[in-house]
Amino acid sequence: MAVLTMAKAINTGLAVAMREDPKVLVMGEDVGRLGGVFRVTDGLQAEFGEERVIDTPLAESGIIGTAVGLAMRGYAPVCEIQFDGFIFPAFDQITTQVARLHLRSDGALCMRVVIRVPSGGGIGAVEHHSESPEAYFAHTPGLRIVTPSNPVDAFTMIRQAVAHPDPVLFLEPKRRYWEKAEVDVTAALPPSIDLFRARVVRRGSDATLLCWGPMVRTCLEAAQADTRDLEVVDARSLAPLDLATIVESVARTGRLVVVHEAPVTGGLGAEIAAAVTEACFYQLEAPVLRVGGFSVPYPPARLEDIYLPDLDRVLEAVDRAMAY
Amino acid sequence: MAVDGGPELVQLLTPEGVLVEHPDFALALDDDEWRTRYEHLVMVRRLDAEATALQRHGELGLWAPCQGQEAAQVGAALAMRPTERIFPTYREHGMAYVRGVDPVTLLGLFRGTTLGGWDPAEHGFNLYTIVIGDQTLHAVGYAMGAQRDGAAEGVLVCFGDGASSQGDVAEAFVYAAVNDAPVVFFCQNNQWAISEPLERQTRIPLFKRAAGYGFPGVRVDGNDVLAVQAVVTAALERARAGRGPTLVEAFTYRMGAHTTSDDPTRYRTTAEGEAWRLKDPIERVRAHIVRSGIADAAWLGEVEQRAEALGEHMRSACRAMPDPAPASMFEHVYADAHPVIDRERQWLVTYLAGFTDAPTAGAGAGVG
Repeated sequence: MAVLTMAKAINTGLAVAMREDPKVLVMGEDVGRLGGVFRVTDGLQAEFGEERVIDTPLAESGIIGTAVGLAMRGYAPVCEIQFDGFIFPAFDQITTQVARLHLRSDGALCMRVVIRVPSGGGIGAVEHHSESPEAYFAHTPGLRIVTPSNPVDAFTMIRQAVAHPDPVLFLEPKRRYWEKAEVDVTAALPPSIDLFRARVVRRGSDATLLCWGPMVRTCLEAAQADTRDLEVVDARSLAPLDLATIVESVARTGRLVVVHEAPVTGGLGAEIAAAVTEACFYQLEAPVLRVGGFSVPYPPARLEDIYLPDLDRVLEAVDRAMAY
Repeated sequence: MAVDGGPELVQLLTPEGVLVEHPDFALALDDDEWRTRYEHLVMVRRLDAEATALQRHGELGLWAPCQGQEAAQVGAALAMRPTERIFPTYREHGMAYVRGVDPVTLLGLFRGTTLGGWDPAEHGFNLYTIVIGDQTLHAVGYAMGAQRDGAAEGVLVCFGDGASSQGDVAEAFVYAAVNDAPVVFFCQNNQWAISEPLERQTRIPLFKRAAGYGFPGVRVDGNDVLAVQAVVTAALERARAGRGPTLVEAFTYRMGAHTTSDDPTRYRTTAEGEAWRLKDPIERVRAHIVRSGIADAAWLGEVEQRAEALGEHMRSACRAMPDPAPASMFEHVYADAHPVIDRERQWLVTYLAGFTDAPTAGAGAGVG
């Protein structure tokens, strides 16, 4: 066992994946010599060389577009988009090419591409460095989206994502990069289906808090601080959603509060609310409630503590759910 | 009105069918090779005319004609080794033909039976790409892969004068340049991006843009099959030798409409079309091979018969092409099992089975 930060856990997972499979490449802005602005790729170029750890030109569509060609050639590129707000220049390549080439080729082409995106807020950053863009991509058939909430999951999930034959968006909650946990770096890789399973991280009976990435810790703290018996479910996979685990939880508790950083309007919480309402209509004691970012552009950093869901915002929603 | 390619245009066969020399580029063909080129050009024009007619008869939803660009496409494709990959737009029917893709296969995309239609590896010919310019980055990435494989292999990617304005094309130039990627950027400047003339895309000749990125650019007569092959061959040899990318601007003309939905009489003159008709890519080859005794009237007649047979093949095969089975839309969305796909497919199958006149929902051929 080793005590690793989430950043180091992803770094270690990437190194393991690259040692096991010579086709795995890492590419992005500043990922080589610098080791990435969050140091997630630190040391990889020294170990694997410039041919496998590529400092790309500063052009995000180019990162993803050339990764498509490398994947066509049999490589497995792991692309880093430096910050969430910079993924949009690559939006076209991701949604019209990466997501569709397996289908367009009747299965002949494999888009084994991982797109790593440090995402979410909470670090006092300037504009375009705190976004939660998952809903744009969850709406796009052909993509898979996963997000770890802790170092143990991060180490395993990055390796599973790299091994998976479908393109995977890997959202890294950047404000949790420095949180530590004991990680077994010799653990065997679990089957890929596990990558898309949600996990009940705290058992409870009064209400379910469904969350992912940075909000898992927030929800756990809220549950621990509260007198009610709250269940916390870490979604882990946003596309596909593990509805079976979510529905099983809500069927027991009768109440669901979905918590995410992204704006509530058109967010994944809406998709989850609709699906859970359909599946659990007779078990629900209250409407599915959503706690998320306000429907405004991510605010200046001095306001982000107000914007981001926190312990009190989560429990305020639980109050409302319990009042029905 | 852009008709003249200017003094830097590389030409080896004049519109009158006369061979001319160029200080930098040369290519000698034997009689068989000349006849092959002529036949390819004729077949491609027939293929294109047949598909246009099929659209007019309601058999295709759309067709993007390549008439006028046959020499650019045939010449470039013939410059490549069969193992080298071509990344087309959606108008490279001539390259597809040279690469052995059955023209009927090309029709599926335009009839609406498939989003692709062939295995890129089987023909070394990537799928048509409809989003303008996206494929230039794919080609550069593929070429970077060839570098990592240690393969002395060139890659060719097509785009047009309109696409030259796309950000992805600019990014592809940058990525290729800094990586010395073995790629040939093959721009068919057909003078028109739907209704927008070249002047709406650029203030300098397109081939000169390459200099700004640090690699050579060449303008070739795109209606001269010999010159195109010579110039692309040189660019590929440069790529294979590890000396990086080249931009080849094939100066040509879209004789037809942008697509069968387009009406070019709204934006260009008949005089322009007539001026370009005098530079027809097929007529000059015919003039050369007839004058030099490479082909006689009997052989030309045989080619016409083969073109007619191709047309008949396309007509009958297109009309016989079945609609895909409804549930086939769920195939290959993902490489691995996916719960949403499984659930929605099952729902559709059950739903359709509830109709007394239900189409076949599952795998296999559906209704014709």
